[in-house]
Formats: sequence, C-alpha cells, structure tokens
Amino acid sequence: MTDDNSIEVSVWRGGEKGGYQTYTVPRRDSQTVLDVVTYIQRHIDPSLSYRYACRVGMCGSCAMTVNGRARWTCRTHVSKVIEDGRVEIAPLRNFNVIKDLSVEMSDFFDKWARADGQFQGTASREDDFAVISPDDKQRRQASAGIECIGCGACYATCDVVAWNAEYLGPAALNRAWTLQNDSRDGGHTKRLRAVLGDAGCHSCHSQQGCVERCPKHLNPTASIAGLKRAGLLAAIKGDI
Amino acid sequence: MAEPGVSNPGTETRLWLAQRASAAVLAIAVIVHLGTIIYAVRGGVTAAEIIGRIGGSLGWSAFYTVFVLAAAVHAPIGLRAVLREMTPIVPRRVDLICFVFAALLAVLGMRVVVKFYAIGAG
Repeated sequence: MTDDNSIEVSVWRGGEKGGYQTYTVPRRDSQTVLDVVTYIQRHIDPSLSYRYACRVGMCGSCAMTVNGRARWTCRTHVSKVIEDGRVEIAPLRNFNVIKDLSVEMSDFFDKWARADGQFQGTASREDDFAVISPDDKQRRQASAGIECIGCGACYATCDVVAWNAEYLGPAALNRAWTLQNDSRDGGHTKRLRAVLGDAGCHSCHSQQGCVERCPKHLNPTASIAGLKRAGLLAAIKGDI
Repeated sequence: MAEPGVSNPGTETRLWLAQRASAAVLAIAVIVHLGTIIYAVRGGVTAAEIIGRIGGSLGWSAFYTVFVLAAAVHAPIGLRAVLREMTPIVPRRVDLICFVFAALLAVLGMRVVVKFYAIGAG
C-alpha cells in the first residue's frame, strides 16, 4: 500500500531474463528517480546494481528506462513521472543488461568508432591555430550536435536499432556529423564511406524518437539528414 | 538483420537518391492521376470512356509511362528496406526479390500503357 508519503517502485532485477520487483520508498520533496534507486540500494536491498557518477546531468551514466521512456534518472524528478503513486524503472532498451539497471555499453561506443567518430587531425604543433568564426556555417552545424555526452538515451529509444542490431544509431551518426563539419578534420571522405552503408544513415526512418528523448535537446535526426546530404554531394562528385 | 558490408556506400546513396527523386515525380503524378479519376467518375465511368480519353493519346501515354517507371523505381527500394529490417531474408536475396518486383511493375505497367495506346489508336 502506498500513500502520499510513499512511492511504489517496480525495479527490474536480473539480467536479460529477470523480472520486476516492487519496493516502497518514502516520498521526499525534489526527489529524483536516482534518489529513489539509491534509497533502495542503501536501505532496502544492497544487491541492487545501477550506474551513476556525477548526479548533476554532466556524465550521462545514469540513464534508465523510467515508466517506459529513456531518461537521465538524476535529472528526472519523481513528481514529473509518477503515475498513480507508482514508478517503473528498467535498464535502457537496446542494450544488453549486465545486472538489474546496469547495461553493457560496448556495442554503443564501438559503433562510434565504426562511424569514424575520432578526430583526424591534419595540422602539426608547428602550425598556427585554425581560426574559425563562431558564425561560420559549419561551425554552427558542429556546435548544434557537439554537446552529446554519450548517455545512450537516443540509442535506447531508436526503433531502427531495435530492428537492425548493426545500425550505427543516432549518437554515433551525430558524432560523425559534427566531425564532418570540423574544417580541421582530414577524414571526411573515409567517414562518409563509414556512415553511408546499409547500417548507416540511410537506415534512419526519421521517426525522431532520438530528438524527443535527448536530455540535451540535440537533434540527431537533423545530423543524420546532414550526412545524407553530404553523401549525396560526395556521390555526385564521385568521391564515394 | 542486415549483414554489414553487403552493399557499398555509393550504392546506398544512389538508391536513396533514386527513391527521393522518384517520390518527387510520383507526388505530381499521383495528384494528376487522382484529379483525373475524380473528373472521370462524375457521371459514372465506363471502359469505353477511359479508352476514349487515354487510348491513342501520346500525351497521356507519356504521362503514364513516367508514372509507371517512377513507381517501378520507388516501390522496390522501399520494399528492400522493409524486407531487410523485418525479415530474416539475406540481403542478397532481398536485392534479387526487389529487382524482380521492379521488373514486374515496369513490365506489367508498361504493357497496360502500350495496350491502351494501341486500342485507342487502332
């Protein structure tokens, strides 16, 4: 039984196979979902596994599925998501579950590497600084996507990732687009080849679940559309 | 699930362009087609009436040739994406299925266009 002073919390326990376990947690003012999970682990069941670091929306490690939606638990107030006194907390979708609320993120970050998500420098320390105006069009396009902290909320929300495990996903493609707009980067053509394959940007259905759920309010769908345009130009020029 | 590396970036990009370009053609063609249907069925429609309007007309035959070819390009590329995502059929076989589907659409569609022209002209 719950009342106004308590919350009924269903938490996923186990690995890929497991089930929800219900806990009753006291309700507090300004309580976040991460506070709830931490309360359970510290006061009810110390065997509960979950991941967090900064608690202030900087590190991106505490993303979980809260009432069916991918969210940063540290920046989600209980009052925002509670339904009939209940909250359901599960691991992120589209990731393999290690245990309880902790997920394996290797595939996610390996895809950043497969999308050529590394900066390919062209200058040496002997060269002068690259001077890029904040108003430069490419600079603005890079800035629009640069604040991604790799929390995986977009990847967990994306249906194409669920259908096609090879799909690079919104975060990796967004990263690739920011680098395509970096005039100092020398890997543009190689990166385009990496992201234009059948598991790349052309697989995106533009459903914009990533846009809806990105806690940083980035627009990976726009980045993916940018990659499609860049790919088209490269194909016309014969570069790919 | 798609096998990685089965198709190359250039092919994917050209297919994407072909589907977008054919969609632009279809958008106009479908509007003309629907407009014609609404106009044609005002007082009930008969085969003779349709043949009388379209049969033997070079302009209508050219329009429906473009329509058929755009559909034959557009639909199989969409089907390819659906089959790749939603079925376990291997990508190479998906490509074959879609190629056959494209050929069927083109051949059956063009057969109708040619017959209509011939009936009206002859």
